[in-house]
Amino acid sequence: MKLLEINHLRKNFGELAVLKDISLSVEEGEVVSIIGPSGSGKSTLLRCATMLETMDGGDLVYMGETAAAGDPCIYAPKKQLKKIKKCFGLVFQSFHLFPHYTVMKNIIDAPVSVEKVSKKEAQERALKLLKQLGLEDKADSYPHQLSGGQQQRVSIARALALQPKILFFDEPTSALDPELTIEVLKVIKELAKEHMTMIIVTHEMQFAKEVSDRIIFMEQGVIQEQGTPEEIFASENSRVREFIGKMNT
Amino acid sequence: MVSMISQLAQGFVLTAEVFALTLIFAMPLGMIIAFGRMSKNVILRTFVKAYISIMRGTPLMLQILVVYFGPFYVFDIKMGTGYRFPAVIIAFVINYAAYFAEIYRAGIESIPLGQYEAAEVLGYSKSQTFFKIILPQVIKRVLPPVTNETITLVKDTSLAFTISLAEMFTVAKQIGAAQTSIMPLMAAGVFYYVFNLLVATVMEFIEKKLSYYR
Repeated sequence: MKLLEINHLRKNFGELAVLKDISLSVEEGEVVSIIGPSGSGKSTLLRCATMLETMDGGDLVYMGETAAAGDPCIYAPKKQLKKIKKCFGLVFQSFHLFPHYTVMKNIIDAPVSVEKVSKKEAQERALKLLKQLGLEDKADSYPHQLSGGQQQRVSIARALALQPKILFFDEPTSALDPELTIEVLKVIKELAKEHMTMIIVTHEMQFAKEVSDRIIFMEQGVIQEQGTPEEIFASENSRVREFIGKMNT
Repeated sequence: MVSMISQLAQGFVLTAEVFALTLIFAMPLGMIIAFGRMSKNVILRTFVKAYISIMRGTPLMLQILVVYFGPFYVFDIKMGTGYRFPAVIIAFVINYAAYFAEIYRAGIESIPLGQYEAAEVLGYSKSQTFFKIILPQVIKRVLPPVTNETITLVKDTSLAFTISLAEMFTVAKQIGAAQTSIMPLMAAGVFYYVFNLLVATVMEFIEKKLSYYR
């Protein structure tokens, strides 16, 4: 089943065309990594898909429900968008945890105050997630008391608590040192094993190779190449080879 | 001596009233003005900006006089001496709300955009985002400058003497003139100082209460 479909996405920042005619679809259970140099439009693509940025043109469809369509792009009514937004979660590069809430409150607040889940149920779910992510003793800590890796795992738990169908990651380890990077990547790998549908913007080539079903290489606002990790890492495309070669040394 | 203290104490009641009423009205009003200042509507934003600029750019003493005598000189309306207290409150509230608005605006704008984006992706409504996520962090951040303003307000209440409102400073000046003594003014100074010590202690306590997160 297709969870996400993007057709002919176009996005400009003023004069600058950041995304030019991007089309992409993601199947249930698929793990897709998006790689490419800085400024290639990877993050903007993610921000358009999660509706933090508005697209200028193209279609955005989640599970058959159209969020936006046409060129120039017309968005669905607010009510429908709100429903569609429940399909996905997003993990940010710099976590964006709520500093005044404990780890537990960070995780349960959205389910309780947005989804109207009972507090008890939300807490049980949160404890399960914390255990799964190796943070069971941190429920009562505040974000500033945690390491970057722990904070990022909490933010993953916060996103998962709303039980999204797709989880987006925007360079989830770019703010972390190598040791902490490993602990976050481990968590994402575990999720991949459970067939969580994920779209990951990353600079970690080895990780992308290991975890992805498909890798997308972006440059200058277009998808230059996509395929299985084997295909991408053995690509004939000179730009892809050059980029991967540089990243591996 | 005892009668002087008791007269000052009576004046102090009025001082405390000016202080409390100004805070009660100016603090929420400042939030509304801050929103106007940050509005996308150019006309509203420009109007509010001009208002803040005038409030900050002219003496509070002058503003008190304008609010008190304005109705008579401009509209020929006789307000009577009963208007003294309301006039002082109006002048203080519109003046302090302008300062609070700028403090709030700085606080709100200092909250990283990521907090709004995280809340949006998690499905929070705009008002939930503001009241649950943004406002608590803003309160913590603006507490030190708000403390400053509050302490200034305690001392500024003495400006009510301009229109002879019988608050503590006016009383102290009158007794001092009648007795040709500096003592009433010194005693009033002690009142102000002790009051501000109390204000500072309370604010420090609240700051400590909010120091559980960074």
